[in-house]
Amino acid sequence: MTTFDGNAIAGTLNAVFGGEMTTASGTCASCGATELLAQLRVYRDAPGVVARCEHCDAILMVIVEKRGIACVDVSGFAALEEPTQL
Amino acid sequence: MAGTALRGRLTWQQATVTGLVAETSNTRSIVFDLPDWPGHRAGQHVDVRLTAEDGYQAERSYSIASAPEDPHVVLTVERLDDGEVSPYLVDELRIGDEVELRGPVGGHFVWESTCDSPVLLVAGGSGVVPFRSMLRHHAAAGSTVPMRLLYSARSRETLIYADEFTRLGGRGGIDIRVTLTRENPGTWPGERGRIDRDFLTRTGLPPAEEPLVYVCGPTAFVETVANTLVDLGHGPGRIRTERFGGTGTP
Repeated sequence: MTTFDGNAIAGTLNAVFGGEMTTASGTCASCGATELLAQLRVYRDAPGVVARCEHCDAILMVIVEKRGIACVDVSGFAALEEPTQL
Repeated sequence: MAGTALRGRLTWQQATVTGLVAETSNTRSIVFDLPDWPGHRAGQHVDVRLTAEDGYQAERSYSIASAPEDPHVVLTVERLDDGEVSPYLVDELRIGDEVELRGPVGGHFVWESTCDSPVLLVAGGSGVVPFRSMLRHHAAAGSTVPMRLLYSARSRETLIYADEFTRLGGRGGIDIRVTLTRENPGTWPGERGRIDRDFLTRTGLPPAEEPLVYVCGPTAFVETVANTLVDLGHGPGRIRTERFGGTGTP
């Protein structure tokens, strides 16, 4: 299985959230670590996108798109902040 | 208004292939004509979407290889043998073909010529693609900040952009160091071996200069290099990484 990082799903995140999100930081509800979404471990071999915490491997986010409708589960995050312009 | 994209909304658009350049036996650059391209920042990506006759769609993200100042958007794609999209882009696509493209996207792995920090770029294999955009941007914008590229590839045959890097190296603060990991001794006058602690100590920029560091390549390469840079004293907050998978060792 191929691992990417959050940079590879910048387009998907943009389409779902309506703007650039890889510079937003998310806090893992499992271990409490805060990282930019660009740093998440991303698996896209599954039917959809699975993003895991870089530190504890907990599932943070699942995005599945079907017939133009996106189902987004972000329940792995304790917090999701506004993106910062780098 | 019908047919007009909402401002700022990311939409798919038709891109026409206007040029193809074979970089290596399994890598080629594709030049696109995009009528509504809004411009991009060096290091950003685009998503490419292919639709089969039965309606099946596959999309992948690719780094943009051209500079913001270049007249066309260029992607450099490496063929992954088990890939769904890259074999088509590398082997099948012809001039005049159209593909769907959306972008630019990404705001993390980007470099602006207005930034006055020295820059260290570390590339494994085709991880060098976004760095061509940054190097071209540096040259086109007339930047004078030191920008050093450390580029690891397996052999001469797998080096991409070799001629361009030869031209760019040594100009306006640009310094390019290529190391080959599998080339036979005696056939390559430059650096040999992996980008390890010794190589980074010898050829990288000193942590005291507080360079902005970008690392791009296969996952294992990026993680090893980033950890080593932190060990050498580079601030984790100054290191930006992009891991594009794969298990290969460039």
